[in-house]
Amino acid sequence: MTQTLRLPAPLLAARNIVTFLLRQPTSAFGVIVLAALILTALFAPLIAPHDPYVQNLNNVLQPPGNGHPFGTDELGRDIFSRLVWGARITLTIIFLVTIVVGPIGMIVGTVSGYFGGKVDMVMMRVTDIFLSFPSLILSLAFVAALGPSLNNAIIAIGLTAWPPIARLARAETMTFRNADYIAAARLQGTSPLRIIVKSIMPMCLPSVVIRLTLNMATVILTAAGLGFLGLGAQPPLPEWGAMIATGRRYMIDSWWLVTFPGLSILCVSLAFNLLGDGLRDALDPKQMNRR
Amino acid sequence: MTAPVDIQNLSITFGTGPGAVKVLPSVSFAVAAGECFGLVGESGSGKSTVLRCVSLLTDIWTGTVKIAGKDVRSLPLRERCRLVQMVFQDPYGSLHPRQSVRTVLSEPLRIHGIGDRDARMRQALVDVGLPVDFLDRFPHQLSGGQRQRVAIARALILEPSVLLLDEPTSALDVSVQAEILNLLARLRELRGFTYIMVTHDLAVVDHMCDRFAVMQHGTITETLPRAAIAGNLATHPYARELIGASLEYEGHGRG
Repeated sequence: MTQTLRLPAPLLAARNIVTFLLRQPTSAFGVIVLAALILTALFAPLIAPHDPYVQNLNNVLQPPGNGHPFGTDELGRDIFSRLVWGARITLTIIFLVTIVVGPIGMIVGTVSGYFGGKVDMVMMRVTDIFLSFPSLILSLAFVAALGPSLNNAIIAIGLTAWPPIARLARAETMTFRNADYIAAARLQGTSPLRIIVKSIMPMCLPSVVIRLTLNMATVILTAAGLGFLGLGAQPPLPEWGAMIATGRRYMIDSWWLVTFPGLSILCVSLAFNLLGDGLRDALDPKQMNRR
Repeated sequence: MTAPVDIQNLSITFGTGPGAVKVLPSVSFAVAAGECFGLVGESGSGKSTVLRCVSLLTDIWTGTVKIAGKDVRSLPLRERCRLVQMVFQDPYGSLHPRQSVRTVLSEPLRIHGIGDRDARMRQALVDVGLPVDFLDRFPHQLSGGQRQRVAIARALILEPSVLLLDEPTSALDVSVQAEILNLLARLRELRGFTYIMVTHDLAVVDHMCDRFAVMQHGTITETLPRAAIAGNLATHPYARELIGASLEYEGHGRG
């Protein structure tokens, strides 16, 4: 007890959570796959055996093997190298979407939950409007309006992914709003802004983090979907969804063009889902108290 | 450091016209500076609501509440905070589960721009009888009694004149109850606080309060001095019944 008290609280909490996640096989799988993804993205130049953009028209549609572990695509580019570099794009999308969506959802949700009344009414109706579209369709509309590119795809996904987070944060806020510790903070002259930031947001954070993690799988799939429809990353960027889209034409004869990017998407989104599930157990307030 | 509280025609009404519902028909009482005033009554009689009105946690009421001669509604927020503080019933719900004692105590000082925070926080902990190294503990590392002491320290740190005590001991077990009550009594002797204390327990009133009011259905049936408990000197039938029941219960307990 005395030993653990010396570590700063956030570090201690992080260590506890990781230990907890690694103890269960499913969430351990998630952690390992994501660690592998991050390492791959960081060391892409070292891992990839070939340049992902160099075409070799003498060597197109080669099956796996012979110096190309996952084969080559219709322009003779090494699929393995493209997947490795694609990890960077996938991680960028996830990272950017998350840092946009998390704060927006959290702010909208906590403000509307804390103030209630008309503020809540207006903000939640706006949220409802966003929620009432299928997110892929809404992203499509945004990308169509903004023009197809990876950045616009990120913006579009960000714009469509925040409402569930806002809903969640609002529901959580409403359960804490009337707690005695909020009343005590009000009695001490704490401004609403300070109450939201210092008292309410930390309470909403675990469930928002879980939700964001579970959302990442959807984000990857949406990004891949947009890439597949030609509205996300543009050629020659090695984005996984776009790779499937171009590989589709050769699918019957050259299965490796779509299989390996597809497996990558599957693995990563599965990993995020499992990690999210694990986090839900790890961040459960009841478990918190036990630690 | 001490201030009288004067409450006149405090009432809460929902709706207007013939369909209006009076939740709190009308409450008036005055508490002298440095006095401990008890509010007793059955559940739902509006005791806690009175405290929430006085502290402006609920502000849909009408009437006047004056503390130290000033209307609470017209007091600037900061000044009001430094005049009135509240201790809540449930120490498990009144401390933020993710804030350390240090955060709990330093936040009000920071908000009010009070310097010398470290010394003040230490002093507050010493005042409530907790060791100074508790500053870095989180609520889940404290027992119920310790939490309530922290909650009292939080209420004291802005050096208010009036403390509103909303059943400060009912969530604690009996031996801890006595400790907390003695702590509150000692603090009042030292600092001359004015207490308004809501409680279910007439024994607590007998131990702590100079006078008390018996509430029923949102009205004060009778205001009595402490001495009225022992011989059941109440004149209102409900107050008599309540005190009688309590005396009988205690008699059983002792016998």
